[in-house]
Amino acid sequence: MNHWLIAPILLPLLCGAMLMTASRSPVRLVRILSASSVFLLLLCAIYLVMQAVSGEIQVYALGNWSAPFGIALVLDRLSAFMLLVTAVLAVFVTLYALRGDDRRGRYFHALLQFQLAGINGAFLTGDLFNLFVFFEILLIASYALLLHGLGPARIRAALHYVVLNLIGSGLFLIAAGLFYGIAGTLNMADLARFVAQAEGDQLYLLEAAGALLILVFGLKAAFLPLHFWLPRAYASATAPVAALFAIMTKVGLYSILRFSTLVFGEQAGAASGLGSSVLWILALLTMALAALGAFAASSLTSLLAYLVLVSVGTLLAGIAVGTEAAISATLYYLVHSTWVIAGLFLLADIIAKQRGELGSSFKVGPRLFNPYLLGGCFFAAAIAVAGLPPFSGFFGKILLLKAVSGDAAWQLWSVVLVAGLIGVIGLSRAGSLLFWRHHAAESKAAAMDKVAFLITVLLLLSSPLLVVFAQPVISYTEATAAQLLDVPSYLQALRLEEAL
Amino acid sequence: MILLVLVFAPFLAAALPFLAARRGRTWIALATALAPMIALALLLSQTSQVLAGEVISVKYAWITQLGLNLSFHLDGLSFLFSLLILGIGLLVILYARYYLSEQERVARFFTSLLLFMGSMLGLVLAGNLLLMLMFWELTSLSSFLLIGFWSQQVAARQGARMALVVTGGGGLALLAGILVIGNVVGSYELVDVLAAGDLLRAHSLYPVALVLVLIGVFTKSAQFPFHFWLPHAMSAPTPVSAYLHSATMVKAGVFLLARLYPLLSGTDWWFYLVTFTGLTTLLVGAVTALFQHDLKGLLAYSTISHLGLITLLFGLDSDLAPVAAIFHIINHATFKASLFMAAGIIDHETGSRDMRRINGLWKYMPHTAILAMVASSAMAGVPLLNGFLSKEMFFSETLHQHLLGSFSWLLPTMATIAGAFSVAYSLRFIHDVFFNGTPINLPKFPPHEPPRYMKIPVEVLVFCCLLVGVLPAWSISSLLAVAAEASLGHALPPYDLAIWHGFNLPLLMSFIALVGGITIYAQRVHLFRWYDGLPDINGRIMFENSIRFLYGLVSRTLARIENGSLQRYISLLLLAVIAVLVTWLTPLSQVTGEVALTPIDPLTALGLGVMSCAALLTMGFHRQRLTALLMLSVVGLVVAMVFARFSAPDLALTQLVVEVVTILLMLLVVYFLPANAPAESSSLLHLRDFMIAAGCAVLMAVLTFAVLTRPYQSIADFFLANSLTGGGGTNVVNVILVDFRGFDTLGEISVLAITAIATVALLKGLHLPHARVDNQGRAWSTEVYPMMLGVLARLVLPLALLVSVFMFLRGHNEPGGGFIAGLITAVALILLQVAYGQRWVQTRMGVRFPNIAAVGVLIAAATGLASMLLGYPFLTSAFVHVDLPFIGDIELASAIVFDLGVYLTVVGGTLLILSGLGRIGHNVKLPEDV
Amino acid sequence: MELLVALAIGVLTFSGVYLILRARTFSVALGLTLFSYAVNLFLFVMGRLHTGKPAVLSEASSYTDPVPQALVLTAIVIGFAMTAFVLILALRAHTELGSDHVDGAEKARPSGEIKKALAKMKQQKRKRTGATR
Repeated sequence: MNHWLIAPILLPLLCGAMLMTASRSPVRLVRILSASSVFLLLLCAIYLVMQAVSGEIQVYALGNWSAPFGIALVLDRLSAFMLLVTAVLAVFVTLYALRGDDRRGRYFHALLQFQLAGINGAFLTGDLFNLFVFFEILLIASYALLLHGLGPARIRAALHYVVLNLIGSGLFLIAAGLFYGIAGTLNMADLARFVAQAEGDQLYLLEAAGALLILVFGLKAAFLPLHFWLPRAYASATAPVAALFAIMTKVGLYSILRFSTLVFGEQAGAASGLGSSVLWILALLTMALAALGAFAASSLTSLLAYLVLVSVGTLLAGIAVGTEAAISATLYYLVHSTWVIAGLFLLADIIAKQRGELGSSFKVGPRLFNPYLLGGCFFAAAIAVAGLPPFSGFFGKILLLKAVSGDAAWQLWSVVLVAGLIGVIGLSRAGSLLFWRHHAAESKAAAMDKVAFLITVLLLLSSPLLVVFAQPVISYTEATAAQLLDVPSYLQALRLEEAL
Repeated sequence: MILLVLVFAPFLAAALPFLAARRGRTWIALATALAPMIALALLLSQTSQVLAGEVISVKYAWITQLGLNLSFHLDGLSFLFSLLILGIGLLVILYARYYLSEQERVARFFTSLLLFMGSMLGLVLAGNLLLMLMFWELTSLSSFLLIGFWSQQVAARQGARMALVVTGGGGLALLAGILVIGNVVGSYELVDVLAAGDLLRAHSLYPVALVLVLIGVFTKSAQFPFHFWLPHAMSAPTPVSAYLHSATMVKAGVFLLARLYPLLSGTDWWFYLVTFTGLTTLLVGAVTALFQHDLKGLLAYSTISHLGLITLLFGLDSDLAPVAAIFHIINHATFKASLFMAAGIIDHETGSRDMRRINGLWKYMPHTAILAMVASSAMAGVPLLNGFLSKEMFFSETLHQHLLGSFSWLLPTMATIAGAFSVAYSLRFIHDVFFNGTPINLPKFPPHEPPRYMKIPVEVLVFCCLLVGVLPAWSISSLLAVAAEASLGHALPPYDLAIWHGFNLPLLMSFIALVGGITIYAQRVHLFRWYDGLPDINGRIMFENSIRFLYGLVSRTLARIENGSLQRYISLLLLAVIAVLVTWLTPLSQVTGEVALTPIDPLTALGLGVMSCAALLTMGFHRQRLTALLMLSVVGLVVAMVFARFSAPDLALTQLVVEVVTILLMLLVVYFLPANAPAESSSLLHLRDFMIAAGCAVLMAVLTFAVLTRPYQSIADFFLANSLTGGGGTNVVNVILVDFRGFDTLGEISVLAITAIATVALLKGLHLPHARVDNQGRAWSTEVYPMMLGVLARLVLPLALLVSVFMFLRGHNEPGGGFIAGLITAVALILLQVAYGQRWVQTRMGVRFPNIAAVGVLIAAATGLASMLLGYPFLTSAFVHVDLPFIGDIELASAIVFDLGVYLTVVGGTLLILSGLGRIGHNVKLPEDV
Repeated sequence: MELLVALAIGVLTFSGVYLILRARTFSVALGLTLFSYAVNLFLFVMGRLHTGKPAVLSEASSYTDPVPQALVLTAIVIGFAMTAFVLILALRAHTELGSDHVDGAEKARPSGEIKKALAKMKQQKRKRTGATR
């Protein structure tokens, strides 16, 4: 029994609870606690990845009640990978927030920690209802974080976000209930086992439940037509929060990937690959619409928000294809898009601060203090996010394009490449407006926060690093994809294999 | 190894200019020149092998999954191009040193230049198609920086963006093409790919691959109809134009034609696409060039037309054509670079590029004039200059093809016409600028010769033109031979580079072109009048307008889709739900399952009826908010009864207390919100919502019924079996909550705690208008702490506390538990709070609510951690039984400590949420008229 | 009995969904509450309908299925928390945006909706850029 499995949940949870009590204690203390927590989280994630590399699936039976009766945490390559992606992001987001954004509202660090606990829990748990609980944790925390700093725009965005997600939670419960009502179990592996031998009406009902669940995940992942909450929410959130939210959509996508490969995987026979054909179309539409949105965006932050949607579409396409190569490509693209877009949100914040009143809106503004420094950074980051060489986006894209074949290939290629071109147009427009056009007047805003800039640059450096170390990363994602598609060994790890 | 250094030296040295930035232009230029010099030296060190026909190549595996290797490949062709890139690059650096002024960001310029140079080198030396594509896109990106260098000018910004979009977009097409090739051939390594020509040409995907690759080529090499970006890239500083549009950027496209010649050429597709694109471009460019009044504009269009010529040659289906093409690539690079530099000098010295104003410069700058005249004669194809030789070859090649059957004469004719125009515009360049009267009010007057070193690059290049022109066999033939061989992929047919081939058709064509050109130029006045009559087509403006139009269109459409209306978003979500469920429920053979229905008992039926009616009434009265609230509470109560009825006492209790708190909360909110809502939805909207609601309702009912009438095997039996033995409690529900699925409960109380602080954060600094009267106009009681309530509350509190203790302790074995107990306590305290105010309670409790909630979570977690210390998994429980008077046998389990955590969290959380609102109520000033 | 329960849940869902689709935050809150009742009942009856056999161990031969009850209990608590949050958010929105409309601004009548929507988008974007400062 490896207790490290629960650390990524407990560490932030306890830290968050402590920070709740610390609202009166000195800022410094709060910050030290929060920062050290995320650093420990990072170490823990690295350790767990090193364990997962072996390929052995580890199970942690909470309360010493073995699955399917108790709740089991499961650590395989995928969950370890997601934990690491989150932890790295968390470190940079926290550090950036320490530069002052955390003072713009109450309980920022506590909420951040709870958010992390929820996300990590969602990645680790092997139990459907427990997944629901962790979704609620990360959601309620995200509601509060989105509102961090308040202001009309945020409140307006939050209203939509909250209401839509409350409905989503209801639907989640319905789906979970259906599964229990038919299969009489909540453990996902156990469900997989049940689905594999179910037939007739039983199977249809299970499929309906599964489809409903995927829809709920889709609301979090924000693909068409469930994406409407996202652009405003991300564009209005404070920079660190927006950066942190770069992982939020990925939680939804992760759940879809996990659920469709495990419960409705190969062994599910007729029901396998549930709804992937629909997801495929939605993915392409999402990509196209989001690219147009990015093209028509009226501010840098909303441009980035739409780029988040583009990445969602791209990832969903990979998941819908569902082959080993496609999933591997998807995971590579996932880590790239998460970190780069998060970095861009932070960069956008630094730029906006130098433009004073105008913020990041696409209006001709005063001359920036460091046009060339910021411009150069933006140029590189834009290349990365637009999927042009030599940065990580390009490789993620190629991996995905190579992974599909047949008619699907043509559909995907045309959409991805055209979307890429539109993205380039939008980004070049943005860049030339923000850095090349300006009035004679110098910016009246405060000078650049060098530390915050350094943090941002370090986060953006992940893109070239993902290129240099592409070989090992891709080997890991390939092994991960292989492991995902090998359901029997997953069931064995939970000692549920008999029925298969 | 040498190749790696060769390619990456410019990248590595990209920072040098900045390091030298403080020390002035000379130092910056020197710092910049360092890398190219080293690279050139390395390149020349390989000359002998390359001329001997050897191929030097390196290969390091990079991303095997992609088939992408770090492999480079130096053969004749890439040698030739590298030579051009580095040689002309160095000259451009020297030239730019004097062209740019101190005030400009010289370092930034040279850095971009180095990046571009490196990308070009990588492009021509890459031995792997994907690698080549990467450098291809890099050239587009770095040229974006170079073209947009004078970013304060709108022309520069838009020109740069247009170039990026066109060439970058072409690059994406090329990427697709390369991926197709890779899928067919099974490798991206140049060696393998070139070897697989027959395989590809036979493959059904060949046309697709060809077209995609050609789009890339044509955009990059500014072929019609993609040529429009090039003239506007002229808003770049002249050194950039001299570099990009002579030897490098635009040559990348034709380089690719040469490189992939063995792979793609030799089919009708190839012939028609390449030849005719080339031909059109050749003519359009040549004709347009004549009518440009801007010096650089003329050169730009002539570049386009020469690129068309080269493309056309590659299209022709003969072995000598590529030779001619490559030869012309060399010659064009030399004379065009020198011409751009000359144009730059003139611009620099006169401050104008308008050929209608800069006349008769011969008097002022004879030296420059001579250089420019020689170069432009080369461009016109005058004998004894390099341009003449390649043009001769071109003419003869057009004569030797018979692909158009009876129309084969078309090509030579067109070629001659184009030739005539090129003579005409070259003539114009010479005559208009250096003779043709006197300067007309120039910004800088009188112009004079530029600094000595600014002319050296021009002189070098012009000397090359002469050298090649006079002694072709001696100077260039060997290099040309290896380059052409590398391109063709097999031995060359015999040919000789001589100035004199005797009287033959090509010579006649050149003569006609020469005479024709002179006559055209003589007639220019009429021609200009005709041209001015033509509609003025400005590629940049059109591009910008189309972008702007698209922008408007897209944002309008998006505004229609994402109209910011939550109601629409929700209905879309629910419609999606309905669609999904209907799709997957349709195959259901029948709704009713095999299990027999349980008998209806009237009481429950009545209850359900009441509940439904109350729900519908809530809906009906939703505009009278208090009434609606009343109805809602009825629903909640009946739900609790239903729970009780169907053997769920715990749920019933919980539902009851939660109901109380929820309604209390809603009342508080209603007090601050408008009491009534306006009727605003249109009938159509009502209909839509009605349909959606009905759809969801039907589906819910169907699902419920379908499941209820079907058998199922659940994990419940395990819990029933192990609850007492394993969990130490007889109330299985509670044991599940605190033991079997205690982790869920931990999460659940965390949610409560988070909500509490979330609301605190949300209510920060909230000021509310204090309503004086309710919606019926009755004045609200202004008594802050009503006496009666106070007394009542004080009576209730101890009672409530007692009950909650009772509930708490029996929870593990009888209905009850920490959660219910917590809510009861909370309600009592809230009552007290309503009576005496939040501060009163707070001070008397002596501990802040957030801390209570937090401590609750911590305690719950701590019990889990304790079990970890004993080596068990998180939340493993242990228990002993104790017999207490009055309460009976209760079990002291770690679970009970866990439940205590739950209790505290519930108390703290609930109080925090409600007191937050309460506080607002007490913050606001009461009306003055009290 | 099953049929009646199913119908009752249907009615709750109907009224709940209809209210969720209203334009005023408070109505939406009411709707969400009704919807959560429906969901909780649904989840609860997934353990099938048992009368008079509570899951408290005794001499009884058979018991109801305790699992859904435990789930519903959790669901109720979480639902309560969420309702509380959305209510307070509604309050905040009303004071901050000067309207209790779900879009934070008095909505245009469907007639000529597009023009107004456009205008609103613009204004909201202006607000947004103001907020990202």
